[in-house]
Amino acid sequence: MTESVEYSIESSGRKLFDWKELWRYRELFYFFTWRDIKIKYKQTFLGFLWAILQPLMMMTIFTLFFGKALNIPSQNLPYPVYVFSGLLIWNLFSSGLTSASNSMVNNALIIKKIYFPRLIIPVSSILVALFDFLMAFILFIGILIIYQQPVSWLAVILWPLAMLIGIIATLGLGSWLAALNVKYRDFRYVIPFLVQVLFFLTPVIYPLSMLKYPILQYMLVCSPMYAAVELFRYPLTGITPDFYFVGASLLSGLILLLVGIFYFKRTEDFFADFA
Amino acid sequence: MKSILEIQNIGKKYRIQHLAGGYLSLRERMVSALKFQRNEAEDFWALKNVSFEVQPGESIGIIGRNGAGKSTLLKILSKITPPTTGRIISRGRIASLLEVGTGFHPELTGRENIFFNGSLLGMKRRAIEAKFDEIVDFSGVEKFLDTPLKHYSSGMQLRLAFAVAAFLEPEILIIDEVLAVGDTEFQKKCLGKMENVSKSGRTILFVSHQLGVVSQLCRRAILVKEGEIADMGDTLDIINKYNASFHQSTGFVRGHQKRTDIFFQSIQLADRSGTSRYNFLHHEEMILDLSVFSEKYHSMVFVSVAIQNSLGRKVFTTERPLEQFYRPGEIKLRVELPMQFLAPGSYSVYAAIHVPRTNTFDELDRICDFTISDGGSEFAKYEGAWFYGDVFADCKWESHY
Repeated sequence: MTESVEYSIESSGRKLFDWKELWRYRELFYFFTWRDIKIKYKQTFLGFLWAILQPLMMMTIFTLFFGKALNIPSQNLPYPVYVFSGLLIWNLFSSGLTSASNSMVNNALIIKKIYFPRLIIPVSSILVALFDFLMAFILFIGILIIYQQPVSWLAVILWPLAMLIGIIATLGLGSWLAALNVKYRDFRYVIPFLVQVLFFLTPVIYPLSMLKYPILQYMLVCSPMYAAVELFRYPLTGITPDFYFVGASLLSGLILLLVGIFYFKRTEDFFADFA
Repeated sequence: MKSILEIQNIGKKYRIQHLAGGYLSLRERMVSALKFQRNEAEDFWALKNVSFEVQPGESIGIIGRNGAGKSTLLKILSKITPPTTGRIISRGRIASLLEVGTGFHPELTGRENIFFNGSLLGMKRRAIEAKFDEIVDFSGVEKFLDTPLKHYSSGMQLRLAFAVAAFLEPEILIIDEVLAVGDTEFQKKCLGKMENVSKSGRTILFVSHQLGVVSQLCRRAILVKEGEIADMGDTLDIINKYNASFHQSTGFVRGHQKRTDIFFQSIQLADRSGTSRYNFLHHEEMILDLSVFSEKYHSMVFVSVAIQNSLGRKVFTTERPLEQFYRPGEIKLRVELPMQFLAPGSYSVYAAIHVPRTNTFDELDRICDFTISDGGSEFAKYEGAWFYGDVFADCKWESHY
C-alpha cells in the first residue's frame, strides 16, 4: 500500500466522468453481471436454454401470423430469417432497457449502504442482455445454416457494429429511465408501454418500405434502433439502407446516450436519499 | 504526522417534503408546476458544522442518541450521499460497513455470496480468493457452502456476512452499529478481530449504542447531539457526559422535619473528587454520603444501606452500628462502594435506620437512581444482548483431571 490515495469529498464539483474510478471498480461490472445472470437462471430446469427458447418461440409466432397469414414482405428473405434477425437485435435493446431502467430501484438496498460508481448497475444489466444476445446468436447461426441463407462478408463488420449501436441506444435510454425511475416511480409503468410502442415503430417484423407515407418513414428512422436493425440485416438482404435514414437514427442514439448519461451523472449523488 | 481524515465544516441539509406517498410522483410535480406553486418543503439540517481530524491508526467512537446524525455522518464519509456544505479530505482508502451482508442474495450459494459481497465491500477478486478459506473457516458454514442462502438459518447468514466483513483490509474502516446483532459468542470473535485490525495500524470509525464496546475499541470518542459535535475527547469522559445527559437524578434531601428521633437528612452519591454524580463506569469508585440526624443516643441502632437493582431487589446490604460514629446532632457518614463490582445497569439505593427486628426509625426505598455503564469489561460483548447478572464475581478457574 505504498501508493498514496488522497481525495476529497465535497458537495459538488465531482468530475462528470471519473474514468480512473470506473477502472478501479472494473471488477464490479463483472460481479454484478455474473450475479444477475446466475440469479436469472437459478432454479430453472432449462437454465440458459431460455435465452434461446424465448426468441425462437417469438419467431414461430410471428412467422405464423405475419409471415404466413398476413403475408408481410420480408426483403427477399425467408420470413423466419427476416424476423429472427430483427428480434435478435431488438431483444438486446428491449430486455436491456427494461432491466436497466428498473436496476437502480431493484438495487436500492445496496445503493443506500455502499458506495461505488452507480453507472455500474445499469451497465451491468445491459451486459446481462448482451449475454442473452450472444446465446441467441448461436441459434441465429443455426437458423442461417438451415435456411442456407447466403451472408455477405460485411457481416464481420456490420454485426458487431449493429450490436454496438444497440448497446449505445440501450445505455442512453436505460440510464436516463433508471435515474428517472429512482425519483418518480411512475416510470415503472411507462417502461413496458414504451418498449411495446418502440417495437412497432422499429422495422423488426415488417420492412420500412411497407409504409406508404414518407412522413411515417421519417418518424420511424428517428428510433435509435432503426439503424441497428437495418445494418444488422444488410449482410443478409444486400439492400443498402438509405444513408440519411441510418444517419438520423445514429444521431438520435448518440443524443440519447449523451442526455441519458448526463442526467444519470447529475442525479446519481442523491440516489441514496431517494431510493 | 498528517492526519488521515480531515472533516471540515460538514453540513447536510435534507428537504422534508410533505408528500402523501413517501416518494415523488410525477403528477404532483406537474400539478404544482402548472399552479406555479413551489413544493412545500422544509429544510432540515441533519448535520451542522462538523469538523474533526483523525490520525492514522486511531480508533474513534461516535456516540449520540437516535437521530443525532451519526449515521448521516457515516454515510457522507462513505460517499453514499454528498455533504451540502464543507469537505472531507481523505488520505486513505475507506471501506464502510454500514450493514453486514449488503447485497446478499437468497438464490445465490454461500460461496457465490462471499464473492459478490466481498467485491461490493471493495475487495479485489484475488484478495477474496486468497482469503477464501479463512473466511469460510471464520464463518463456520463450510458444510453449506454450495447451498443457496435461502436455506440458511438467519444465524448462519449473519455469520457468513460477518466473516466476509472481518477480512476487509482498508486503511480506514467505518462501522455502523453492526455488532448489535448476532449471537454473543460470534460477536466476541468479531470484536477480537476488530481489535486486531485497529492494532495493525488501521483507522477505525465506529458507531454504536453499546458503550462498553466503544470504550473497549476506541480511545477517543465524539459525542454527536442534534447534528453537531457536542463534545470530543477521551472515550470514558465522553461516555460519562453522554450518560449524564440522559439521566437527571438527584440525591435525597429530606424536605420536612421528621418526627422520629433519628432520621436521614440527605443521601448523595459522588465520585472520588466529591462531585455529586449519578452515572458511573463499572470500574469507577462510588461514594455514598449519608447525613444522619440524631437527637438522642439510642443503643442497638444500625444504619443499613443496600443497592437495589432495576427490579427493586436488593443486590447487597452493608451496615454499621450507629454508636460507632455517634455524636449529638448531624452525623456525616461516608460509604465507599466497591468498584468493579456492580455490573452495568440501573440501580437505586435503599437506606434504613433501625433496631434489627424491633423498631424502624427511618426507611427510604429506591432513592438516588444511578446507572453503571460498561467501561470496557470482559462482558462488554453482552451489552444489550444478554443479562449476565447484577455483579461481577472474580472466580478462579482451573482444569483438573
